[in-house]
Amino acid sequence: MELLFALCIGLLTACGAYLLLRARTFPVVMGLTLLSYAVNLFLFAMGRLATGAPPVIGQAENHTDPLPQALVLTAIVIGFAMTAFVLILALRSRGETGNDHVDGEDVASGPVKEQRP
Amino acid sequence: MSHWIIAPLLLPLFTGLALLLGARRNLRMRRAISLAATTALLPLAAVLLMQAHDGAYQVYALGDWPAPFGIVLVLDRLSALMLMLTAALALPALLYAVRGSDAAGPGFHALFQLQLFGLNGAFLTGDLFNLFVFFEVLLIASYALLMHGQGPARSRAGVHYVVLNLIGSSLFLFAVGTLYGIAGTLNMADLAVHVAHSGASDAPLLRAAALLLLVVFALKAALLPLYFWLPRAYASAHAPVAALFAIMTKVGIYSILRVYTLVFGAEAGLLADLALPWLWPLGLATLVLASIGALAAQELRTLVAYLVLISVGTLLAATALGTPDALAAALYYLLHTTLISGGLFLLAGNIRRQRGPYSDRLLEIAPPLQQAALFGVLFFLGAVAMVGMPPLSGFVGKLMLLSAVMPGTAGVSGAQAAWFWATVLGGSLLTLVALSRAGSRMFWRTQGDALATERPDGLRIFGTAALLGASPLLVVFAAPVTAYTQATALQLASPASYIDAVLGADARAAYARTLEDTRQ
Repeated sequence: MELLFALCIGLLTACGAYLLLRARTFPVVMGLTLLSYAVNLFLFAMGRLATGAPPVIGQAENHTDPLPQALVLTAIVIGFAMTAFVLILALRSRGETGNDHVDGEDVASGPVKEQRP
Repeated sequence: MSHWIIAPLLLPLFTGLALLLGARRNLRMRRAISLAATTALLPLAAVLLMQAHDGAYQVYALGDWPAPFGIVLVLDRLSALMLMLTAALALPALLYAVRGSDAAGPGFHALFQLQLFGLNGAFLTGDLFNLFVFFEVLLIASYALLMHGQGPARSRAGVHYVVLNLIGSSLFLFAVGTLYGIAGTLNMADLAVHVAHSGASDAPLLRAAALLLLVVFALKAALLPLYFWLPRAYASAHAPVAALFAIMTKVGIYSILRVYTLVFGAEAGLLADLALPWLWPLGLATLVLASIGALAAQELRTLVAYLVLISVGTLLAATALGTPDALAAALYYLLHTTLISGGLFLLAGNIRRQRGPYSDRLLEIAPPLQQAALFGVLFFLGAVAMVGMPPLSGFVGKLMLLSAVMPGTAGVSGAQAAWFWATVLGGSLLTLVALSRAGSRMFWRTQGDALATERPDGLRIFGTAALLGASPLLVVFAAPVTAYTQATALQLASPASYIDAVLGADARAAYARTLEDTRQ
């Protein structure tokens, strides 16, 4: 299970990093999302992986560490809010600069002049 | 347990929430509330500064949960100093903002207060995950403040800034997760004990996490490979926002100081002084490249943004030496440079307003300003302070830095001294050239009739002058300030007392023994 879990996290991180380097706002947002998924899984795994162990003492024979789960919850909330924000920002940047490159300049056609809709 | 410590968190938090929920229509009311709260931060910070002055640590356990289990706020000399600096920077910036910059969007004052909440929290917390949360709070507020007033340039800089910081947050979480996975704690004092007693099998992972953390802090502090976002972002922000952002890079520097003296400091066993070999060359390189950037700047705002970077390079290079003297000098220089660069951002904002279509571009020839004398004097004051010429605080700061890195001082090698002297003095020379060029183009190379613009606003000028006026004040009160920064540097150099204050001396000894036992 550990190997599968580690491979998943590694794959998510690699895909996230690749998409981030695409330098177009939509892939970048997707990359950030994948990266935050990887982070959440990673944080969760830092409490060690265990099956059938609740994070509450006294409920079962074994219990797992509740703190990483709390950390993951916090990270999910923050990551979700940030994704929403960066989406709005990307849309606005698309509207104001006329292209979806993160630099606001289209690489192929050089700097874009102010465009009025 | 005194409850004063938590006041600088609660005040801006509740003010920000009140501004968000109530008084949405009434701009005048929002201004009054925001100004009152920010003014109140000054005496609060002063009280905490007095309390921290005797060198005793104050630990505030949130919810009264004892140290390694609950989150603690810790007040020491460094935290108190940074709180004071934040309050002293925020008030003039807000005074500038209430004269119209805040009317461009509805949320300015709420965001400003939440930004202060995040800053104060980051300076006070004694828990690594809590530090992450406060980073996010101040970043969320800063994203929105950066966009305040809209415009294509701002969205463009904003996308960079937001995406980079989101990646930084992911890395922060990876580092925090790794540390928790190995040490089983995120309380900084607890972590320090664990790291100091870590065995050879854990050390590589801890080292990886610590260096990942360094990447995140270096991104916040804008160290060499990670600073390219800064000039554009700061130059496109509103003047008061840019002035407040002058402390944002210092949050990164504060975190580096805190984590790499306490957790991965000199007493960290296998991981001792982990960050210093990285900070030294990167700090110096940042200084050099930022000086070149300052020479190439086409606008006053961009020039000031590069001056911020120069100060970051100087500060981190001095920090990397690790001697208490260099650290004390760096802290004095930090106070000086934060306030003066904030003041110069406000000045650039004033000049942009006065020059209308010419903005703050450093043109070959442009019509003169109507109030050239006033702005000239303010610019001269800021420039002299920034370059480090006598009699202002930049001179005192740089003099102390250089004399702390004299060849032959304990802990400083001859090569280090040579590199430091050469880059700091060379950087100062380039700064001098860049600022002289900016000043003479702005104020002397003028032609034609003066620009017919409205009179400059009194309060905006007052805010600017207040920040720039900090420079002579820092010189006049140089003795008490340096005494304080020296005591701060000594306090940072003895992390054991911090750990004892948070965990308790007995608990710490017992914990260290258990760690040793499990290791064997």
